[in-house]
Amino acid sequence: MSSWTPHLPALQVVVPLMTAPLVALMGDRRLSWAMATTASLCALAIAIALVGEVREHGTAVYEMGLWEPPYGIALGVDAMSALLLLVVTGASTFGLLASASSLSSEVEHERQPNFYAAWLLALSGLSGILVTADAFNIFVFMEISSLSAYILIAGGPDKRALPSVFKYLAMGTIGATFYLIGVGLVYMMTGTLNLADMEQRLAEVGDLKPILVAAGFITVGLALKAAIFPLHVWLPNAYTFAPNVVTVFLAACATKISIYVLIRFDFFVFQANLSKHDWQFSYFLMPLAVLGILVASIVAIFESNLKRLLAWSSVAQIGYIILGASLISAAGLTASMLHMFNHAIAKGTAFLALACLALSVSQLDIKNIGGIAKQMPWTMAAFVVGGLSLIGVPGTAGFISKWYLIIAALDTGDLALPLVAVILIGSVMAVVYIWRVVETAYFGQGAGLLTGDTIKEAPLAILIPTWVAVLLNIWFGLAPGLPVELSSTAAKLLMGHMP
Amino acid sequence: MSLLINDFDPILLTLLIPTVGALAIGIAGRINDNFRETVTLITAGLLAYTVWGIAPEVLDGERPSVKLFDIVPGLEITFNIEPLGMMFACLASGLWIINSIYSIGYMRGNKEKHQTRFYIFFAVALAGAMGIAFAGNLFTLFLFYEALTLSTYPLVSHKGDEKTVRSARVYLGVLLTTSIGLLLPAIIWTYSLAGNGDFVLGGILEDHINGPAIGLLLGLFVFGIGKGAMMPVHRWLPAAMVAPTPVSALLHAVAVVKAGVFAITKIIVYIFGVDFLFSEPSSGWLIYAASFTIIGASLVALQQTNLKRMLAYSTIAQLSYVIMAASVLKPLAEVGAAVHIVAHAFGKITLFFAAGAIYVASKKTELHQLSGIGRRMPWTMTAFSIGALSMIGVPPTAGFVSKWYILAGSFQSDNYVAITTIILSTVLNAAYFLPIVYMAWFGKDSREGQADHGEAPLPAVIALTITAALTILFFLFNGPVLELERQIVEVPR
Repeated sequence: MSSWTPHLPALQVVVPLMTAPLVALMGDRRLSWAMATTASLCALAIAIALVGEVREHGTAVYEMGLWEPPYGIALGVDAMSALLLLVVTGASTFGLLASASSLSSEVEHERQPNFYAAWLLALSGLSGILVTADAFNIFVFMEISSLSAYILIAGGPDKRALPSVFKYLAMGTIGATFYLIGVGLVYMMTGTLNLADMEQRLAEVGDLKPILVAAGFITVGLALKAAIFPLHVWLPNAYTFAPNVVTVFLAACATKISIYVLIRFDFFVFQANLSKHDWQFSYFLMPLAVLGILVASIVAIFESNLKRLLAWSSVAQIGYIILGASLISAAGLTASMLHMFNHAIAKGTAFLALACLALSVSQLDIKNIGGIAKQMPWTMAAFVVGGLSLIGVPGTAGFISKWYLIIAALDTGDLALPLVAVILIGSVMAVVYIWRVVETAYFGQGAGLLTGDTIKEAPLAILIPTWVAVLLNIWFGLAPGLPVELSSTAAKLLMGHMP
Repeated sequence: MSLLINDFDPILLTLLIPTVGALAIGIAGRINDNFRETVTLITAGLLAYTVWGIAPEVLDGERPSVKLFDIVPGLEITFNIEPLGMMFACLASGLWIINSIYSIGYMRGNKEKHQTRFYIFFAVALAGAMGIAFAGNLFTLFLFYEALTLSTYPLVSHKGDEKTVRSARVYLGVLLTTSIGLLLPAIIWTYSLAGNGDFVLGGILEDHINGPAIGLLLGLFVFGIGKGAMMPVHRWLPAAMVAPTPVSALLHAVAVVKAGVFAITKIIVYIFGVDFLFSEPSSGWLIYAASFTIIGASLVALQQTNLKRMLAYSTIAQLSYVIMAASVLKPLAEVGAAVHIVAHAFGKITLFFAAGAIYVASKKTELHQLSGIGRRMPWTMTAFSIGALSMIGVPPTAGFVSKWYILAGSFQSDNYVAITTIILSTVLNAAYFLPIVYMAWFGKDSREGQADHGEAPLPAVIALTITAALTILFFLFNGPVLELERQIVEVPR
C-alpha cells in the first residue's frame, strides 16, 4: 500500500474519471451500478488514506508528470481539502448505495449506465477541485462537475427539472465565467496560475486595481455557484426536481466545494496582498450570510414540498458556513469548516430518509405523509435524527458546529450579540420547520391517500445506508475529534496567510 | 450498603439501568402485558436501589464523580454527585416505583392505547432525569436536559388526538425555544468567561463578570431553564396536562419540573456562588420575578375550573417558592429551597394521583363535579386532603417543614418581599384548595358523570396512600434530608 501513497492525490481524481467511460459502456444497469459504487468506495478509501497522510505530514503534494510548478500542474492536499474529500466521497458513496433501491423509479433501466457515468464524472470533478493547487485547473474541474451535475439533475422523470436545470446552467455558467475572468486578470498581472506562486508574485505587483476587480469577479462568481443569498435562486428547484439520490449527493457537497474555493483563493491569495481586504470580505459576506439564514428559514417554515423545504434549509445552513468564514478569525473558520462537514452528514441523512419515503409515496408533500410513521417507523426515525442534527440538539453533529460558531461569534465584540441572536433564531426556526414534518408524520392521517399509494417500510437495501448515516450523526456529535482537528488545522493554515 | 455490580461505576449504572430497561420493556411488551409491567417495576426497583446505595457516601461528605469522555478539548461529559443532585435523584427514582404501580392501575383502568410506548419513554425520561441530577458541568446538564424534553414529548402527546397534539406542540415549542434561545447562549457565555462550565461550590464566575452583566446572565439561565416554569415561560405546564395523569404526576410534579428548579438552584449555588450573587445588586430582580410568579399563578389557579389545570398553576407557584427561596441567598433559605423540592413533590404527586384516580373511577375532570365525591372515594379524597394541606403548609405535613425553613431564612435577612409573598400565597392556597376539600366531603352528590361509582382501581389507591403517608412521614422524619442539604451551605469557601 505504501507504494501507492505518493500517487493518492492523483488517484483521487483518476479512479472515478477512468471508471466513468467503462460504466457507460456497460449494458446492464446492475453491473454499471456495481462498478460505480466500487469506484466510489475506492475514492472514499483514498480520501481516508489522504486524511491519514495529512495528519501525519501536513500536506500531500503531487506533481503531475513530474513537472515542477509553476510550469507544471501541482496537486496538493491539506487539512481543508482532506476534510472535504471525506464529505464528497462519503456523500457519493451513500448516494450510490441508496440508488440501488431508489433510482429505478425515476430513471429507466436503459439510461442508468449513462447516469452512473455522469455521477462518476461529477465525483471526479468535485474531487479534482479539492486536490488541485492550480487556479485554472480548478476551473476545468469545476466545469466537469457542473456539467455532469446538470445531467444528473435533469435525469429524473419530472419535466419541471428541465427549466430548473436551465436556470442552474445559466447561473452556474455565469458564475464559472466570472471566476475565469477573475483568474485571467490575476494571471495577467502575475503570469502564474499556481496558487502558492500567485500569492508571492502578487506582492510585487504595482497596480492593484485589476487585482481588486479580479477579487470581485471571483467572489461573485463563486457566490453564484455556492448559492449564497441572494444568488441562491437556482438551488431550491434544482434540488427538488432532481432524482432523490442525486439530491443526497449534491446537497451534501456541491455548494460547499465552491465555498472552499472562495475561502482558499481569498485567504491564500488576496488577504495578504490587498489592503483592507479582510474588511471588504467581512462586510460584504456577513450581511448576506445573516439574510440567508433568516430569509431561507422563514421560507422553509411555509414550504409544503418536503424536498424544497430541506433545500431552503440548505440555503440557511450555507448562511451559517459563510457567517463563520466572514468572522475572519481562527475560531470562525474552524466553525465554518466544521459545519461544512456536519451539515453534509445531517442533510445527507434527511435526504436519504426522504428517498426512503419516496419509495412509498409518489408526492413528497407534507399533505401526503400524515401518520406515515406508523407504517415507516425506521424511515421517520432517521428523519427525526437528521432533523435534530439540523436543529443542533446536543448529542448530534449539528450541535458541535453550532457551539463553535457561537463561541466564534462571541469573540467579535460589538457584533457578538446580534450575531449570536441570529444563529439562535435560525435554530429555533429550524425547530419549527422540522417539527411540522415530524408532527404530521407521527400524528397526522391520510398518508398516500391523495395519490393512492400503498405504504410500506423501505427495503433494507436503502434503510441500512440511511441508518449508517444516522449513526454517523450521533458519532460525530459525541466524538467529533477528527473533524475538529482537521478544521482547526485548516483554520490555522488560512489565518497564517493574513498580513 | 453494598452496590449492585462492584466493578461498574454506580453513577453510570444509574444511567444504564433505565436505558437498558427501556429496551427490555420494549421487548417485553411484545410478549405479554404483565411481563412488561414486571420489567418496569424491576427496572424502577433496581434504579432506586442503586441510587439510594450512593446516598450514605454523599451524606458523609463524599462527592463521587466520574468522567465519561471529552467531546472536544474543553467540553466533557462528567458526572459529579453533590447533595442537591443526590436528593433529586433519590426522589425521582423512589417515586418512579410508586408511579409505576399507579400507572398500572391508571393505564389499564382507562384502557389506554400504546401502553408499551408509554412505559418505554417513561424509562428514557428517568434516565434523562438521572443525567441532570448527576451532571458535573453545564454541558452535561444541557445534554440531558434536552434529552428529557425530547423523551417526554411522546408522553405528553400520548393520546394523539388533535387537541393533544396542539398542546404538545406548545410544550415542545416553549421548552425548546427557551433552551436553545436562552439557556444555550448562557452556557456558552459562561464557558467563554470562566473557561469551563464545572459545578464548583462557591461558583466559578466571581472574577470574570461584574455589574449588570450578572443580572443578564442570571436571567438567561432562569428563563432559559423553562422547566422551572417561571412566568412568562410557564405556558408549557398547563399545556402538558393533556398527558395521561401518571405523566403529570411523576414528570410534571416531580421529575421534569424539579429538574428545572433543581438546575436553577444548582446554577445559583455552584456556578454563580451564593455569597457572590448576594453581593451583586443586579441579581436582585430574581426575587421579585419569583414572587410575581407565585402570586400570579395562585390567582390564576383560583379561577380554574378544571382540576388538573388548577394543580398545574399551583405547581407553577410552588416551583417559584423554590426559586424565591434560592434567591434570598441566605443559608437557611437555601436549605428551605432544597427541602421544598422534596416536600412539594410528595404533596403534588399525591394530588395528581388523586385527580387521576377520580378520572378513572368516575370520568370527572371539573371541580364542580367533585361535590360529595369524598363519600364515594374516601381513600382518594383523604389523600387529596393531605396533599392540599401540604400545599398550604399546615402541620403535620411536609409542606410545613420547607415553609418553616424558607420563612426562617427570609426573616434572617429581613427580606420582606419574601415574607409577604409567603403569607399572601398561603392565604391564596387555602382559598383555592379548602373549598374543594370541603365540597368533596360535605357537599351534595353531584348529578354529573357516572352516578354510581366507587373507589379507583387498587394499584392506584395503594400508590396514593403511600405518597400521602410519605407527606406526613416527612414532617416527622426529615433529618437525613436536612443534614444532606446543610452541606451545600456549610462547606467553607
